[in-house]
Amino acid sequence: MSTIASLRLARGSDNRQLLIRLLVVTAVMFGFGFALVPFYEKICQVTGLRSILQPDHVGAVNTQVDYTRSVAIEFDTNTRGLPWTFRPLEGHVSVHPGEMQQAVFEIRNTSTRPVTGQAIPSYGPALAADYFRKVECFCFTQQTLQPGESRQVPVVFLVDPGLPSSIGTITLSFTFFEVNGAQAPAGSTTPLTAVPGKVRS
Amino acid sequence: MSQTTAAAVGHAHDHAHDHGDHGHGHHPTGFMRWLTTTNHKDIGSMYLWFSFTMFLMGGVLALGIRAELFKPGLQLWHPEFFNQLTTMHGVIMVFGAIMPAFVGFANWLVPMQIGAPDMAFARMNNWSFWLLPPAALLLVISFFVPGGAAAGGWTLYAPLTSQMGPGMDLAIFALHILGASSIMGSINIVVTILNMRAPGMTLMKMPMFVWTWLITAYLLIAVMPVLAGAITMTLTDRHFGTSFFNAAGGGDPVMYQHVFWFFGHPEVYIMILPAFGIVSHVIPAFARKPLFGYSSMVYATSSIAILSFIVWAHHMFVVGMPAAGVLFFMYATVLIAVPTGVKVFNWLATMWRGSMTFETPMLFAVGFLFVFSMGGFTGLVCAIAPIDLQIQDTYYVVAHFHYVLVAGSLFALFSGAYFWLPKWTGHMYSESLGKLHFWLSLIFFNITFFPMHFLGLAGMPRRIPDYATQFADFNMIASIGAFGFGLSQLVFLVAVLKCVRGGEKATAQVWEGAEGLEWTLPSPAPYHSFEVPPQVK
Repeated sequence: MSTIASLRLARGSDNRQLLIRLLVVTAVMFGFGFALVPFYEKICQVTGLRSILQPDHVGAVNTQVDYTRSVAIEFDTNTRGLPWTFRPLEGHVSVHPGEMQQAVFEIRNTSTRPVTGQAIPSYGPALAADYFRKVECFCFTQQTLQPGESRQVPVVFLVDPGLPSSIGTITLSFTFFEVNGAQAPAGSTTPLTAVPGKVRS
Repeated sequence: MSQTTAAAVGHAHDHAHDHGDHGHGHHPTGFMRWLTTTNHKDIGSMYLWFSFTMFLMGGVLALGIRAELFKPGLQLWHPEFFNQLTTMHGVIMVFGAIMPAFVGFANWLVPMQIGAPDMAFARMNNWSFWLLPPAALLLVISFFVPGGAAAGGWTLYAPLTSQMGPGMDLAIFALHILGASSIMGSINIVVTILNMRAPGMTLMKMPMFVWTWLITAYLLIAVMPVLAGAITMTLTDRHFGTSFFNAAGGGDPVMYQHVFWFFGHPEVYIMILPAFGIVSHVIPAFARKPLFGYSSMVYATSSIAILSFIVWAHHMFVVGMPAAGVLFFMYATVLIAVPTGVKVFNWLATMWRGSMTFETPMLFAVGFLFVFSMGGFTGLVCAIAPIDLQIQDTYYVVAHFHYVLVAGSLFALFSGAYFWLPKWTGHMYSESLGKLHFWLSLIFFNITFFPMHFLGLAGMPRRIPDYATQFADFNMIASIGAFGFGLSQLVFLVAVLKCVRGGEKATAQVWEGAEGLEWTLPSPAPYHSFEVPPQVK
């Protein structure tokens, strides 16, 4: 065997070793992508970010009611991918910052099967989210409705008196999603390319 | 760096029968030759032709975008199809054109520059390439499925991606395949560089292109699997009832952005570091001076690579991060300007008092330096969080990343192509065609993208098929520039084809100031080179 051939053999095993090591790195990094999911959840828990589905902490300071100004709260309701009607009993209310208020919504299952839904809140303007405190909300739990059943569900909230004075109106929007993803896999819902009138809502 | 005498080259063919290559008794011809080849030069050429094809394809999509934006109002496309155009333009250019082009350069150059006979895993190299055409085919097919191609932007953000038709699935599969190809290619490159260097070539004697690719390959191995994870999660969200990014099931669309940009920002440097490597060869050759600050170049490249892992959230300043997070990512991002500045000043210092000539590769390299730096500066502007809140998702950002990707990566690729073309083909390219290509590209590039800065600052959002009439003039200018730029690239095609078919014979040295092992080989480089490793002093 020439020296070059033996050099190649030695190289071959070195190469294979390095190949295996790099493949392990690849596999670990693939796992790392998935590990980011619980990691971010932990971070959000610890820092209190994204706590939209838990009751907000209301400190003693926040119970001071500011009667000098009032804020209009508008309610917006949407459903996506589940056969419910969803509406507020009152379209809007006016509150003083610091004052506890209750709003009631009605959900109705219009289909012939039991459906479990989860409501996700969002706010407009987005800045208002920092000052809107939900003490109790139907969005903290999943709602299951039997065929044809309707239910009235409450939100108890207050607006932090620290709300910037430039914000006179807050829109609180809820969207109900069907919890059981298998019932309505995302791929089968109408693609965004459909004309607006056809989008299921 | 590596002044080398490779007397061994001439003997390479005499020894070829003594070792290896047993299965090569009968060489397949025609298509089978290319399908089964394990030769790094063949595979490099295939990568380059593939990426040029994809470049033209992505370019046609871009012209579709610019044609629609020529005038306000909806002229040519439905808004849904326009979204497909922007998305597929991005996906094809990033994953189909720029990345494979650099892998093509690596295939051609890394073994020749380090004095290795071939890549470490020649068969795997063949697989890495042949995964690409099926992936490209999937992307093309996706235009013809119900609902059309993916239309959520090249970043494939949830929740858009969870709501689209089967075109999205095809895009995800294509990305999986392209990612697997990149990872295999990168592993090959790392092993080749670490294990197969010629005796005497220490790490700090390696040519800059090899260094930049070594670091790029590590980046790819680290982050491509994360992208694979993110799009796998998207896929299971779509079809298997998981809720990684699905708010209804407790998931979070913002988390997709975090995972994606953990891949996405290193990806940005994956597309520019090999470009830095190419420019670091071209500028010294035409300034006839050694590269200024070689070791600082190596350290700067490594620092950029490391920093790229801690800046991802600067793409997401508006998602509602705490101020401390915004500040951290802002400062970390600005910090990247330091090693990048080191590189730019090193190139300038290399040119300083050099006896410069401006053949086409040098024109593209200097053009790169000038226009890429402008893209770097707008990058700094985008990095400042309060400004970014204003210009997020506007045409300012579009202008910024086209300045660094087109005038950065693409110009460096052109520079490298003209630089090594004589070595690859054995013929000199037509200097007048090359210069024509450069000047047309530089001028039309700026006509296309410079007005986009103004559009962005004035508030025109990106990814829209229609716009307010006050944006009309600049959009018309940009569209005219885009068509000019697109057509100019045909000059490159002609120049390359002419060079492949014939022309003035190139010498082994080709360029007076060129240095490195590849220039010790005859032109065109023989099919098998460095069978006997050269000695590097």
